[in-house]
Amino acid sequence: MPKVPGLLKGLGVTFGTLVTTIKDGANTVQYPHEKESPPIRARGVIALHEGNCTACMLCVRSCPDWCIYIEGHKTLAPPRRAGGKPRQVNHLDRFDIDYALCMYCGICVEVCPFDALFWSPEYEYSEPKIADLLHDKDKLGEWMETVPEAPELEAGAAAK
Amino acid sequence: MGALAIEVPYWGQSLLRVLGGVVAVLLPAGAIVYLFLFKMMSFMQSRLGPMEAGPYGSLQLVAEVGKWMQKEDLAPDHADRSIFRIAPLVVLTSTFLLVVIVPFGPEAYFTNFATGIFFGLAVASVSVIGILVAGWASANKYSLLGGLRAAGQLIAYELPMVLAVIGVVIQAGSMNMQQIVVVQNTESIFGIDWLGNPFIITQFVGFLIFMIAVQAELTQAPFDMPIAESELVSGYMTEYSGFRFLIFFIAEFATAGVFAFIASVLFLGGWAVPFSWFGWDSLADVPGWMNLVGPLIMFSKMLLLTFVIMWVRFSYPRFREDQLQTFAWKILIPLALANTAITAIMTVVF
Repeated sequence: MPKVPGLLKGLGVTFGTLVTTIKDGANTVQYPHEKESPPIRARGVIALHEGNCTACMLCVRSCPDWCIYIEGHKTLAPPRRAGGKPRQVNHLDRFDIDYALCMYCGICVEVCPFDALFWSPEYEYSEPKIADLLHDKDKLGEWMETVPEAPELEAGAAAK
Repeated sequence: MGALAIEVPYWGQSLLRVLGGVVAVLLPAGAIVYLFLFKMMSFMQSRLGPMEAGPYGSLQLVAEVGKWMQKEDLAPDHADRSIFRIAPLVVLTSTFLLVVIVPFGPEAYFTNFATGIFFGLAVASVSVIGILVAGWASANKYSLLGGLRAAGQLIAYELPMVLAVIGVVIQAGSMNMQQIVVVQNTESIFGIDWLGNPFIITQFVGFLIFMIAVQAELTQAPFDMPIAESELVSGYMTEYSGFRFLIFFIAEFATAGVFAFIASVLFLGGWAVPFSWFGWDSLADVPGWMNLVGPLIMFSKMLLLTFVIMWVRFSYPRFREDQLQTFAWKILIPLALANTAITAIMTVVF
């Protein structure tokens, strides 16, 4: 078969796309009317599992944009075994992420040693006022519901 | 108008022609922008285009025009103000002058010049002046470069266009647009007369050259070097906003429609169907209802041709400036000259 000239081939590509779009619909989504479904591990927003956070400040220090704010205080927790000393723990008072600054690099999620931060594919959290993009720990905690299950460990990996 | 059994006085005919001219310029422009620029381009990129304003975004044009109309009419400080303001109107005027030569039916024409196509090719060049002064008067280096590029390109591609038309004129034996239509629908190709003799078949090379030249005259991609948004912002239109930008925009797509009208007259048989289908012998036999059917035929042929123009526009990347000039001077013009010579010889031989 003789080679089709590139010029005609190009016309064929655009016309083919025209036909498939009319027949099968477009690749795009009419967003406000129908919701886009991002890939399950899309980096939409960072969720906080508050119970795991020890206010160790590692995420704050590793954040390139300085967009995480943590405040906490030391407090005494009941002892693990009867008759033991009360334990000293950090209590988390404030955990804010300023999404006006966040650049979604995910270093905080990587660096967290206690599995307190997770990626969620949720993306609908724009605000009319820029100050409202400072999300507190209650709001970050709500997103834990949308976090997908962790992938299965590889065979032979040590379970935590 | 006599065939419709209505006697229209002279002033009425003039009024009809003015209204008809406005419709013949603006209706194709609107249809091209909505059907092709909004919808077809989106489909070719696997998206839907405007969907919010009206059903399937059909009122998007109203929204766009409304938006442009309410914008401020800005002019740069150092601009040559009066010329800056007139320039878009010059371009649009050229479009209106051009539509004058197009016949839409046996009596539905604006004027019936004996040298219609000659007049058309002459006034088509007026838009070059509008574009050149727009670029010059803007007092902006991007505008100036865009204007100069546009002038160079439009002049280069006018030659192959004229030469391609000469082939048609030789075959038709007339420069009168109405006569060109009649010849195409009464003659036959080697005795086969059920299709008449649309010049797209016997003048196929001429048709290709004409359409390429039209593409360049309209500065549509791949010939959009004068606008080249990635290097010249928007070429000669850079400093225009609001109403005056809208006029440039309308003129661009209205001219596309009018050139498609002219191409359908020259190559696709114009408003008529082959006369033998209904047993007509000459123009005088054509009944009055063709004055109503003719514009519809012309409109569908115009849509077909603008579809091709826009299809090419959405498919190809831009020519470089030197490639663009080389293509005109070294390929198209010799080819058009050869086409003219061969047509002349063939006309004498057969």
